[in-house]
Amino acid sequence: MPETVRLSVNGETVTMPAGSTVAAAILKTGESAFRVSVSGEARGPLCGMGICFECRVTIDGEPHCRSCQTICRNGMDVRTDG
Amino acid sequence: MRLLYDVVIIGGGIVGAACADECARAGLRVAIVEAKMIGGGATAAGMGHLVVMDDSDAQFALTRYSQRLWDAMRDELPREVEYDACGTIWVAADDEEMREVSRKQEFYTERGVAVEVLDARSLAEVEPNLRDGLVGGLRVPGDSVIYPPCAAQFFVDRALTRGAQLYLGQAVQEITRDGVRLRDGSTISAGVVVNAAGSWSPSLTPRVNVKKRKGHLVITDRYPRFLRHQLVELGYLKSAHSLTADSVAFNIQPRKTGQLLIGSSRQYDVDDSAIDASLLSRMVARALEYLPGLGRLSSLRAWTGFRAATPDKLPLIGPDVENERLYLATGHEGLGITTSLGTARLLVDQIVKRTSEIPVGPYLPSRMTSELVHA
Repeated sequence: MPETVRLSVNGETVTMPAGSTVAAAILKTGESAFRVSVSGEARGPLCGMGICFECRVTIDGEPHCRSCQTICRNGMDVRTDG
Repeated sequence: MRLLYDVVIIGGGIVGAACADECARAGLRVAIVEAKMIGGGATAAGMGHLVVMDDSDAQFALTRYSQRLWDAMRDELPREVEYDACGTIWVAADDEEMREVSRKQEFYTERGVAVEVLDARSLAEVEPNLRDGLVGGLRVPGDSVIYPPCAAQFFVDRALTRGAQLYLGQAVQEITRDGVRLRDGSTISAGVVVNAAGSWSPSLTPRVNVKKRKGHLVITDRYPRFLRHQLVELGYLKSAHSLTADSVAFNIQPRKTGQLLIGSSRQYDVDDSAIDASLLSRMVARALEYLPGLGRLSSLRAWTGFRAATPDKLPLIGPDVENERLYLATGHEGLGITTSLGTARLLVDQIVKRTSEIPVGPYLPSRMTSELVHA
């Protein structure tokens, strides 16, 4: 059995294989609007490698964290801003 | 090719754009010559703080007059101008600066500008991200913030709908007796030439006493609610007005997008637009002294720009001392966004010989000449 971690995405508890990215955990909840642009359009992961900054979310109160570059940890509180 | 205009305006920054709009509104045939892009120089580099200032009565008169013109135009401004009536708080870090708060309160109140003195507790309540231990501040609720390049574009567009012509991507080579000669050799003839080229104005009119004063700014990612007001340290008065040394001062602005614009620095005798890393570090360190939480935020970009500074900190608005057909609208230093509208009115008042709503004397270019005579 692979090791798993449990975190919260918009209040919903998600269990993920250890080593998963926060972006994967968010997508697992069915949420695709990670944040909104200045003009109010939904944004989500595009490049998946930390370059485009489109997948930013709030993690443990810290805004603008790139979810594709952040590994899930137990007890993490993730909020999308979409 | 020869074209005939009443006025040709050199420079499509916010000052030139406002002058074009006002000239067109007065029924004049207007040409605007902009070498690069509308609002692309100091207009794009600056903060866009519409602020009433009290450094001198003349500075107050022009900023207050201009602010009233902005207020009257508020509902006409397109959304992309991002007009935000956030107000200013002048922050006092010690008792000496708190005495300055009292002096400013008296100055503004006597002149009909609403202000509110904040003690340490009320300052912390309205701006909880400021550090502990500050003494208080002066809140000026009538000040506001805009995004200046879009305002400049709005003024140009409005002038164009009133019949003005825009020569975009055309650089002026020379101001002549009857207009301007462009770098491509063509000429634009006009009854009046307005040099509104900001910190570049002396390159066309060398006797213009304007020097480049470089500034740095940083913009952060979006952090809505981190700040509510534009915050300026009162030490600003001591540092910004030193005419010689390089200086930094805490001056931060919340944008409507939630971004924070962090300033400010002032440097003379630097022509190079590159970021000066040590000065930028000093500037950011100064901001961190006031807002320790800034250290957790991400910045996106830093850039520089050049203010057009005059020796007496007032702009040049009016006829040139040698060429009676040349008018100047330059030298606005850090206040050109605010004072663009007042400048445009005072300039056109002189061109069409209207009575001005405020005295133009303090801004006339001829004051510089008389200073030289008395020196």
